Amino acid sequence: MTRHLLSAGDLSPDDATLILDTADELARISDRPVKKLPTLRGRTVVNLFFEDSTRTRISFEAAAKRLSADVINFSAKGSSVSKGESLKDTALTLEAMGADAVVIRHSASGAPHTLAHSGWIGGSVVNAGDGTHEHPTQALLDAFTMRRHLTSLDGRSVVVVGDVLHSRVARSNVLLLRTLGAKVTLVAPPTLLPVGVEQWPCEYSYDFDSVLRGADAVMMLRVQRERMNAAFFPSVREYSRRYGLDAERMRRLPEHAIVMHPGPMNRGLEITAEVADSPRAVIVEQVKNGVSVRMAVLYLLLSGSDSALTGQLVPEEVAL
Amino acid sequence: MMRSDSGSEHREVLDADDVQRALTRIAHEVLERNKGADALVLLGIPTRGVQLADRLAARIADVEGTPVPHGSLDITMFRDDLRLRPARGLGRTELPSGGVDDAVVVLVDDVLFSGRTIRAALDALGELGRPRAVQLAVLVDRGHRQLPIRADYVAKNLPTSNHEQVRVLLSEVDGRDAVVIGGGDAVAAEVS
Repeated sequence: MTRHLLSAGDLSPDDATLILDTADELARISDRPVKKLPTLRGRTVVNLFFEDSTRTRISFEAAAKRLSADVINFSAKGSSVSKGESLKDTALTLEAMGADAVVIRHSASGAPHTLAHSGWIGGSVVNAGDGTHEHPTQALLDAFTMRRHLTSLDGRSVVVVGDVLHSRVARSNVLLLRTLGAKVTLVAPPTLLPVGVEQWPCEYSYDFDSVLRGADAVMMLRVQRERMNAAFFPSVREYSRRYGLDAERMRRLPEHAIVMHPGPMNRGLEITAEVADSPRAVIVEQVKNGVSVRMAVLYLLLSGSDSALTGQLVPEEVAL
Repeated sequence: MMRSDSGSEHREVLDADDVQRALTRIAHEVLERNKGADALVLLGIPTRGVQLADRLAARIADVEGTPVPHGSLDITMFRDDLRLRPARGLGRTELPSGGVDDAVVVLVDDVLFSGRTIRAALDALGELGRPRAVQLAVLVDRGHRQLPIRADYVAKNLPTSNHEQVRVLLSEVDGRDAVVIGGGDAVAAEVS
């Protein structure tokens, strides 16, 4: 049993399926007039966000509240963290306040792992995005959205396009989709693919157009504007032309293929407004599904005397 | 026919025909008590209550000539022993399109034991609407209640000792219909 969700790679196929099935049932609750369950009453979930993130934080907050947990939001800005408090001291404070789970977003890759294995806190740790490492609940909500549209992920082809180098979303998706039997193709300019990508359990390509025809889902990653000057690509126009999803490229996708984006979007950069607003884009649905998937994770980690997730690694597990 | 790998005794207390007859009888009792099928909604509690509710609804529909709304009600998130056991997956809650407001809801379960499942079901139902009345139909009442709860319709009252296990087998899930009783380790099944 594993009390934490740190990496999408920690989930066995059964774990991943259990989370998605549970999310399926919980999604039905959001269609009811009373969107609330008593299951985590008396449990405390702390959202510990060292990095700005509105959508992930409110998604976790909504998920915890729908399960009747008490939610404490702790953001680095305006807290003692900005006065120089260490992760350890913050963790000890949260432990003293009786946190049953800590949902952590941190700019340093590995911070959730440190928190989980330091012995500073006794509760569960959920990784809500750490540096350029992982964002497992995003991968889960992506898989959940794909499963709803494509019935099953087994044998499906998913194309992930954009800044893979800095993307924790891409890493978590590669690991989870592989576990669920899908084939992933990463598409990016060579400068935005990480060193060692040949060893990842997926394919990669520099040519977006060549992979359109076989795709069941296309996931566009956000171009991180803050990195725009670092000469990863010659110009914004050049990037859009080669790696942006416009209506013309969308037309060449198979009829059933869906378009995804983890948000926030740069309209006109990696995705045109026309595509983002088309019926094939499931971007708003991804946000809605995020709440159901996070409810499922919190429920399966916190509702019992022990977690429902086995965390059994597939033997040939690769660390990204 | 009967599995006895564990070596313990267990016997069949209802066979397939008994189960059929019992369900037909309960269907008639439900209709008699409620003076018809108007406003009736049958909700089965997973897992085997769901199939029982389906069957009851089909029988009532046969008698009355109109379909009876039926569905399932998962109680997992309302259990009072959640924290005593590892977390577990959820069953399906599927309400008929008309919902449960002002309906006479008949909860259907396979075995009535401590009554805790039914308490959880009443809580779960309260989240979904406000039925005019709630009734309870079970295939087997085995006693040992821990809460002030009783069934309105019972196919078989089965005096048991606390360590015995009662298991309802249904053809949809188990390949045949029967009610089996055995010693503590005889029937490796979750009995609620």
